[in-house]
Amino acid sequence: MTAILKVTGLSMNFGGLRALDDVDLRVEPREIVALIGPNGAGKTTFFNCLTGIYPPVSGTIFMRASSGKQSRLNGLPPNKITAKGMARTFQNIRLFPEMTVLENVMIGCHCRTSAGILGAVFRPRAVRAEEQRIVDSSYKILTRLGLTDVVNDLARNLPYGAQRRLEIARALATEPALLLLDEPAAGMNPRETAELNQLIGKIRDIYEVAILLIEHDMKLVMSLSDRIYVMEYGRRIAVGTPVEVKKNPAVIKAYLGE
Amino acid sequence: MNYFLDLFFSGLTRGSIYALIALGYTMVYGIIGLINFAHGEIYMIGAFTALIIASLLTVLGMNGMAILVISGLAAMVYAAAYGYTIEKIAYKPLRNSPRLAPLISAIGMSIFLQNYVMLAQTSDFLPFPDLIPNFAFMEPYSDFIGSSDLVILLTTAVAMLLLTIMIKYTRMGRAMRATAQDMQMAMLVGIDVNRVISFTFIIGSVLAAIGGLLIASHVGQINFYIGFIAGIKAFTAAVLGGIGSIPGAVLGGFILGLTESFATGYVSSDYEDVFAFGLLVLILIFRPSGILGRSENQKV
Amino acid sequence: MRIINEIKKSFLVALWFMFLTFPIMVIKVNPLEKLIVWRWHNLAMVGIASFFISFLLRCAGRWRKSAARRPPALTMKGLSNNPRAYYSALAVIALFSLVFPFIFSAYETSIMTTALMYVILGLGLNIVVGLAGLLDLGYVAFYAVGAYSYALLNYHFGLGFWVSLPIGAMLAAAFGILLGFPVLRLRGDYLAIVTLGFGEIIRLILENWNDFSFGPSGIANIPRPSLFGINLSLAASTIYVYFIALLLVIFTIFVVNRLQDSRIGRAWIALREDEIACQAMGIDKTRIKLAAFAMGATWAGMVGVLFAAKTTFINPASFTFMESAIILSIVVLGGMGSIIGVVIAALLFVLLPEYLRAFADYRMLLFGAVMVLMMIVRPQGIIGKVRRTYVRGQVTGDKRQKNGIITNLL
Repeated sequence: MTAILKVTGLSMNFGGLRALDDVDLRVEPREIVALIGPNGAGKTTFFNCLTGIYPPVSGTIFMRASSGKQSRLNGLPPNKITAKGMARTFQNIRLFPEMTVLENVMIGCHCRTSAGILGAVFRPRAVRAEEQRIVDSSYKILTRLGLTDVVNDLARNLPYGAQRRLEIARALATEPALLLLDEPAAGMNPRETAELNQLIGKIRDIYEVAILLIEHDMKLVMSLSDRIYVMEYGRRIAVGTPVEVKKNPAVIKAYLGE
Repeated sequence: MNYFLDLFFSGLTRGSIYALIALGYTMVYGIIGLINFAHGEIYMIGAFTALIIASLLTVLGMNGMAILVISGLAAMVYAAAYGYTIEKIAYKPLRNSPRLAPLISAIGMSIFLQNYVMLAQTSDFLPFPDLIPNFAFMEPYSDFIGSSDLVILLTTAVAMLLLTIMIKYTRMGRAMRATAQDMQMAMLVGIDVNRVISFTFIIGSVLAAIGGLLIASHVGQINFYIGFIAGIKAFTAAVLGGIGSIPGAVLGGFILGLTESFATGYVSSDYEDVFAFGLLVLILIFRPSGILGRSENQKV
Repeated sequence: MRIINEIKKSFLVALWFMFLTFPIMVIKVNPLEKLIVWRWHNLAMVGIASFFISFLLRCAGRWRKSAARRPPALTMKGLSNNPRAYYSALAVIALFSLVFPFIFSAYETSIMTTALMYVILGLGLNIVVGLAGLLDLGYVAFYAVGAYSYALLNYHFGLGFWVSLPIGAMLAAAFGILLGFPVLRLRGDYLAIVTLGFGEIIRLILENWNDFSFGPSGIANIPRPSLFGINLSLAASTIYVYFIALLLVIFTIFVVNRLQDSRIGRAWIALREDEIACQAMGIDKTRIKLAAFAMGATWAGMVGVLFAAKTTFINPASFTFMESAIILSIVVLGGMGSIIGVVIAALLFVLLPEYLRAFADYRMLLFGAVMVLMMIVRPQGIIGKVRRTYVRGQVTGDKRQKNGIITNLL
């Protein structure tokens, strides 16, 4: 039981549509796992079930915290799941547009800090120290992600690629053990994608997180992933190393048709 | 028994008026996702226009039926014109704004129109002429249903029927349904979305004006504030039936009308409005999709 | 050629509005006496006014398009970057507010007190609407809770103003949470309607539950605040209430300022910006929403107590939806989330109709128009908000404490 995330038999329905059908998945510590499949295969739905946005119909989600404690995530609200150490980005960027870049990251620190209303009003030493810690650690993350120049810009004014990176920075601020990236390279040009490729590797090494990513850019997926899960019509159709998956006939069929 | 029937029919009458106004809320919501807060004011303006024109014609010495027809037409034309103009001024520029912006604009518009009518006319209650004649054949039933109740019920039924036919079978109706489903897509396939939206406001306003005319004649007095309460109640009806759903609005209107009628008749008349507000709060909390509405899945 | 075209279009707009306003603006009927007054001058007025407004808007639109960008938001940045000017301005305002009741009449002091009360109400609602993005249309209910708390506590138990002030605030906060619970799951626009419903329900209960609230006739003879047990004369009491209001305004600004610049305040803004992302960042939506409702209601409760003490008489008619609408339009005009904007807007909205009598009748008409106009032209309010910047490694030092207010107010 070393897996950081262990999902068994996860299913989800939308009306009569079976969006996820009995999906199993596991992620080991510090592993980069990719989730691929044609559009509508249920990948984002899978993420939404993991992070508590949709309640799954059946199946179990277990996560192991860095302390070694196993906990079941089914039925928890999204914020509790984030507090347990799972952070995510969104397929269509969901930053806080009217806040600055730094503030976006500072929000990520919310669940690791505790100042309340009274603390905010009276500002005792502990609260001031906490605020300082939030600012410093947010700066640090932004520096590592190459966003130092824009810390005080409004998030909505950032170029697209930087917005994607800011989403990752914000997720990192929640101090996750597992980072879920939903199509991080979508809309990026080849150069930006190559940079992202390096960045994701770097994040895994520096923050010692496991990464589960949904991505359509096969070059990125093949070069980054330790293992790949392939989904189609809500079912898992293959799993293995990039080399194995590339040769798998079911995968080839799913992508290229008969 | 007569008391029960009396409450039942007055509930139905109320319900038809709520339904007529609720249709405007529900159609606008279905198409642009906005609670048109100023819709109650359209109804009020419809009633006021009818009153003004009717009084004018009375002074000019016209007879009953002609007054009813002309003032009714004027009410509908003016309500439609106001609905159209309000959309162009207060909502169209905000179509891509965050959700609260058009709502605040709508609240502002509602306050503006109330005070516009109050300042230009009066803040007092004005007696509304009894435009609907008393039919002789209704005499035996007068204990529990009056002629105006009958007229209101029939008019509502006809209006609903026409609306249903329009939405089901005409080109414009089809365009409306398409726009309600997916505005972007409707635009791409060549539907003039602006026209559809304007048309929706116009239809909703005409229905509200009919409601305004009928109820004003039934109750016998109006003032600038009638739109506020009626608007909220009709909105309650729309939500009750499932906002965005046309049969839902009608169903919701009748349920609310009957509930109010029986609650005030058998429980207490002091809390008349509390029943409606309480019902509204309860539905929104426990079943925000209403009776016939489908729940929306949040897209992430 | 273009100009002629614009004139033609504006002319058509004017015709349209003349048609639109014809029955209501021109014909005035008196159905009882069967009298009809024709007011043709109104028609001319509408025509001329709508022609010029339409023409000006067209020109402005053209100018804006050619200028390619919107004019930069009016901000107080210039002032805050110049501490000297800022402090002198602050000193002048402070001095003026201190001597105000002594140089102006009791009547004017009383008006100013009302204005200050609206400042607090605006700032309180600003927490809920401006920061947390929860459109609360029943805000006046908490105001009523505060006012009735004091009136009833005094009537039944003889409690004084200063004891009732915190109790009223806490009761209002409790009501805020009570109201907050059921509406937590609701989307923005439904929330607005439900809060409106709640507000009306509370008012209707106050109106009809005679044993509890004395119904529409209200409660009279509520004592004015006493100063260390001494009962003041009417004139002295007016001045005293003014200073209490002033003190509360300063207190409110202090607290709201610190709140919006804290972990909780940031969470509120995040909630406003994107609810789903906010939760995904580990923020407990429930708690943060309830906190916003409670904090917003607290101020309304406090002002309610002060209102009861100031007027010595309250009845349900003071707590209608229109009151909520006025407070909302203050927040909208001031710019959601901007403290100084709300202060200016509240003063403007209360004082302008008082001092320009001609305005008084058109007050609500203008409020409505302002709400529509602001949403279309300047959704950010009269004073644009500048996000605070943080500096690495020296944010919490004493140095920032000193400069804090400057940057944070804006």
